[in-house]
Amino acid sequence: MTITQLEQKANTVRKDIITMLEAAGSGHSAGPLGLADVVTALYFTIMNIRPEEPEWSERDFFFLSNGHTVPVQYAVMAERGYFDVSELTTLRKLGSRLQGHPERTKLPGLENTSGPLGSGLSQAAGVAYTLQYMDKNPKRWVYCITGDGELDEGNVWEAAMFAGKYKLSQLTVFVDRNNIQIDGRTEDVMPLEDLAGKWRSFGWHVQEVDGHNMESLIDAADMAKAITNRPSVVIMHTVPGKGVDFMEYDYRWHGMPPNHDQAKVALHELRTLKGKIRHEGEGV
Amino acid sequence: MSDYTLNPHYASDDVAKEPTRAGFGRGLKKAGELDERIVALCADLTDSTQMSHFAGAFPERFVEIGVAEQNLVTVASGMARMGKVPFTASYAAFSPGRNWEQIRTTACLNEQPVKIVGAHAGVSVGPDGATHQMLEDIALMRVLPHMVVLNPGDAIEAEKATMALARDDKNPGYIRLAREKTPIFSTEHTPFEIGKAYVLHEGDDVSIISTGTMTAQALIAAKQLRELGISAEVVHVPTIKPLDVDTIVASVAKTGRAVSVEEAQAAAGFGGLIAETLGDHMPAPLLRIGMNDRFGESGSPDELLAHFGFDAGSIATRVQEFVANRPQYKKGF
Repeated sequence: MTITQLEQKANTVRKDIITMLEAAGSGHSAGPLGLADVVTALYFTIMNIRPEEPEWSERDFFFLSNGHTVPVQYAVMAERGYFDVSELTTLRKLGSRLQGHPERTKLPGLENTSGPLGSGLSQAAGVAYTLQYMDKNPKRWVYCITGDGELDEGNVWEAAMFAGKYKLSQLTVFVDRNNIQIDGRTEDVMPLEDLAGKWRSFGWHVQEVDGHNMESLIDAADMAKAITNRPSVVIMHTVPGKGVDFMEYDYRWHGMPPNHDQAKVALHELRTLKGKIRHEGEGV
Repeated sequence: MSDYTLNPHYASDDVAKEPTRAGFGRGLKKAGELDERIVALCADLTDSTQMSHFAGAFPERFVEIGVAEQNLVTVASGMARMGKVPFTASYAAFSPGRNWEQIRTTACLNEQPVKIVGAHAGVSVGPDGATHQMLEDIALMRVLPHMVVLNPGDAIEAEKATMALARDDKNPGYIRLAREKTPIFSTEHTPFEIGKAYVLHEGDDVSIISTGTMTAQALIAAKQLRELGISAEVVHVPTIKPLDVDTIVASVAKTGRAVSVEEAQAAAGFGGLIAETLGDHMPAPLLRIGMNDRFGESGSPDELLAHFGFDAGSIATRVQEFVANRPQYKKGF
């Protein structure tokens, strides 16, 4: 896929997210929109996977640690062909495979069950340790996404210390540095800076990228693969609510879905790239 | 009853004693020999949990985690995703004491066969005091869906229980272990199966339903009660979940009275479980012997067992009083 195609796919994913959340009537908006680019890049370019064979024995792994952002994963998985896009609007409904927070046993293709914050990195590290030291398979890669507010959790730093000690070089973590969490801005709630310095001091290779620049994200993933003596973290600077003007940068959209009218405005913005282009059939 | 062989010396003063953690250590090493999917992770307590036997035999399958119990079980959850059957060891006060949510989400809800080894449970930990005397672990673990909960009675049974947990590559599991040496009342030929309770001693007046190393005390208590003219049945329950309801209810249907015995909080613990079970099936009078909504304290293990009423003599006294004051349950009363 070209960079332009990936960008278009990410835009489609954002529209899916808005549609899903409106149908669900509850859920988180800002985080999934902010992660649409990296999750699209992972599933469509970076990871070695087979959507038609989710348990393929040579696949790369994806661990979503901040499980509340799972709408973006569901949307990307559907767009990638793990299941039909029409299933997306079952999100959070009784009997759905698309639980409000991801459950591995419900949906083929999920590697973990998450929601309570701070544990995804440990699980990813457990897989990476097994690949490196037990199965001795250098080809497979483990990716993990964590939120930034999530880094308040002690479990994260236990895992960071563990991965640093064992030099888990097949592990790449993307931190969603969007600066918001439920109670406000991260630096007000519980400051994280010097964030890069923290990871470095735990023995990690650190990169910082624009989390909405497809090329940068893919380059950073490539660079992480070239670092063979340390785990890698990519701190992605992202805009919460990216793509929808009234959601961007506003922490109140962390845990709120759009209502019908708001969804209409959001979808219009995404279809027209905030008015830059005219969308056929919308009668703008 | 019939196929349960007791150690003939179980009631003698010079009965062989060994800590259940030693049986775990042997069992894990044997399980490792039989199945290369078995891996072991420890939070800086490799010797005292006896995981050292496995670590020495299979260094490439042992992972030192450091003092990080949350990471302990979550790394194990990741390893289980890779097809391993991970055993994680620490003191019960810390795991599951500190990392219950990680166990709930990444092992139980995630349906991964992560095994939690809780060593140094109960007041018999001794001089370390209340911080290290885990009493709430049975309650914490038995409420978790998918979790198998084992509380072996002696070192021989602990070895069998460990190997049985290792064979279960589907469910998360918890095994409760004691620090101190406790009497060996079973033999190598004694059966052990996950989900089974065993009638060790038959009686008519009361069922003493005991779990873990308390069963050794319950057996001696039953002998003392016999001399007092009370016929006590002893039902040993090494599997707390899934519970062998049939064996327990059949015993209480015969005796009409029940006493639960555990070295743990009786509220919501094993005593709570027996109260629930009898409430559902056979509302017979019940005496729950366990910790009664308080913490332990420092002291020698034997002193503490006597102080908190967990020795055979204390159990016999309370059962005698219970039998004297509470009528036997009869259907329809």
